[in-house]
Amino acid sequence: MTSLGTLVAERRILVCCGPGGVGKTSVAAAMAVEGAVQARRACVVTIDPARRLADALGLGELTNEPGAVAGDWRGELWAVMLDTASTFDTLVRRYARTPEQAEAILGNRLYRNIAGALSGTQEYMATEKLYELHEEGRFDLIVVDTPPTRNALDFLDAPRRLARFLDNRVFRMVVMPTRAYLKAVSVATQAFLRTVSRVVGSEVIADAVAFFQAFEGMEEGFRERAREVDRLLHSPSTAFVVVTTARRDAVHEGLFFTGRLRDYGFDVEALVMNRLHPRFGGGGVGGAGGRLSQAGADRERARTLAATPLGPLFANLADFRQVSEREEAHFAVLAEQVAPAPVVRVPFLAGDVHDLDGLRELNRSLFPPAVAAPAAGAAAAEPGEPDVSST
Amino acid sequence: MDPVGFCRQARVLIVAGKGGVGKTTVSAAVARMAVEAGLTCLIVEVEGKSGLPAAFGRDEDLTYEEVELAPGIRARTLTPDEALHEYLEDRGMRRLSRRLVSSGAMDVVATAAPGIKDILVLGKVKQLERAAVADLVIVDAPAAGHAVTFLTSAAGLLDAVRVGPIRAQATDVLELLSDPARCQVLLVTLPEETPVNEVVETAYKLEDRVGVRLAPVVVNGMYPPAEGLDVDPTEAAERSDSYLRPGEAEALAEAARFRCGRVALQAAQVGRLAQSLALPQLHLPFLFTTEVGAAEVDVLAAALGEAVRGLPE
Repeated sequence: MTSLGTLVAERRILVCCGPGGVGKTSVAAAMAVEGAVQARRACVVTIDPARRLADALGLGELTNEPGAVAGDWRGELWAVMLDTASTFDTLVRRYARTPEQAEAILGNRLYRNIAGALSGTQEYMATEKLYELHEEGRFDLIVVDTPPTRNALDFLDAPRRLARFLDNRVFRMVVMPTRAYLKAVSVATQAFLRTVSRVVGSEVIADAVAFFQAFEGMEEGFRERAREVDRLLHSPSTAFVVVTTARRDAVHEGLFFTGRLRDYGFDVEALVMNRLHPRFGGGGVGGAGGRLSQAGADRERARTLAATPLGPLFANLADFRQVSEREEAHFAVLAEQVAPAPVVRVPFLAGDVHDLDGLRELNRSLFPPAVAAPAAGAAAAEPGEPDVSST
Repeated sequence: MDPVGFCRQARVLIVAGKGGVGKTTVSAAVARMAVEAGLTCLIVEVEGKSGLPAAFGRDEDLTYEEVELAPGIRARTLTPDEALHEYLEDRGMRRLSRRLVSSGAMDVVATAAPGIKDILVLGKVKQLERAAVADLVIVDAPAAGHAVTFLTSAAGLLDAVRVGPIRAQATDVLELLSDPARCQVLLVTLPEETPVNEVVETAYKLEDRVGVRLAPVVVNGMYPPAEGLDVDPTEAAERSDSYLRPGEAEALAEAARFRCGRVALQAAQVGRLAQSLALPQLHLPFLFTTEVGAAEVDVLAAALGEAVRGLPE
């Protein structure tokens, strides 16, 4: 049986995905911290961290180059915040035949929009950055946070979508060196574009045509790169970790993600259920047989004791047990779908995670010592326990 | 302020907030409150996928055709592709519309001028407003930072497109957004650190760049203040002449501590929000459940009405 600790110890790439607003960024950063604790050279690629967490990771300025984060771990921790546009610029420079071609593309308004705002570009560049860092070979563990889009799996589609975009038939026909038999098609296409210009304005179309002219001949490089990235994501050293909360809508999205990941040939190798409400007094649900749930029983007692000082106490306990029971029910469905992948529960923490201490606290739930110890046997030659410093 | 007056301030109410703060739930609650006040409502969903029907106990998906989710509450989608299609069709360019989409040229155009899709959506919202299709048109805006892009698209497009019908559309949209008697934005957040920071940032950006009027900010998920938790369970049991099973005293005490702790944290965040953003706040209760259905929306609508009545005229 694997654990999240094993993944951090053994894999080279961990991809964190899940719905927006569930704490994915913190979980990704915490996993990289654990990697550093396990003596690995770890790097986390974050997308849009909350400011205080960014500051804690030394990400005050956007540099697109990993910066070292100091800490009392045996390994290394590096962090980089994805700069979509400059990652894309680097890619264009790599595949341009001449510096002039690169400049023509980089200065085009349509290109600036593709690099900065086209939906899917951020996802695409997240995988591109991952690939770049992997190729550099400086790190033996790279953790990627995925963008908080509506569909967190867009990053799997993104390279393909961009390739389709760059292959656009209409525009390529206009810019292609016209052979005689294509001339008629090209004329028809030009007429079509003139009509479009009348609606959206001719500057827009002129920019687009100029972009496709400048881009001519670079598509193959991009396609090949996309294939390599895809191979890396499918390699056995890469693992996908789904992060979600136990709210109904988040669990629905979690179910959707795991299904889609399978369609693409990926398995979810761990599930992190974040921000679970505490189950006071332990005990649990699982109470089959139609008996009153614990929350129901507490509610009953709150009612009979309503006039006494115990009433509010039971009412409060019933409130929390009710949330917890519902969470467990949602959670069970998702846990079953990802089985046999390990499932990690993370309780609702008192405050937001915004510094390294917060990440360490998160790690006490993500990597509970009792589970981490036996699994570590497979991992490393380290006899000692992880160097957990108390706060 | 009474709820009727609140809902009548502007015909278009754009509900915006980061993912996970309960934007859709709040849209549903506002609609319910408006209907209770005797108004009719249309909720417009701009991303095509939504938990809105579930909030009214329905399980169908929304479509471009309006459906009635509850008496007086209609809902529909309004995605950019749908808006484009209708826009061109209205101008006798149905074939062009089909070809734009099927050839992928629309993607290129929308990328060359990224605001175009948003303008088409907001242009249609403006049309719905002009046609007075309902007393209140609630727009469930795109999540997160997208709300800012969505609402600034008009201004951006006016710079990029010099002539033509799209420019005219952008001008109309900007007029709608900057007229507080026609359109307001209702921001939703949670009483937690990051959501509070983000809502403050969004509020300033919207005021600066769009000049849109901000309605009070909705703080969702407030733990209702609990009285009587500040007692020791064992003592309370003695005074109640009751006995507790083993472990119960600890569970009760822990749960009470947790509740009081969260209430204090939330109070601190709400205070911070009040200091950084000079907007009245409307608080909605945390419901101790993981899903929102018709019953929960009713509770929230009642709480919202209560909060609105607490606002000055």
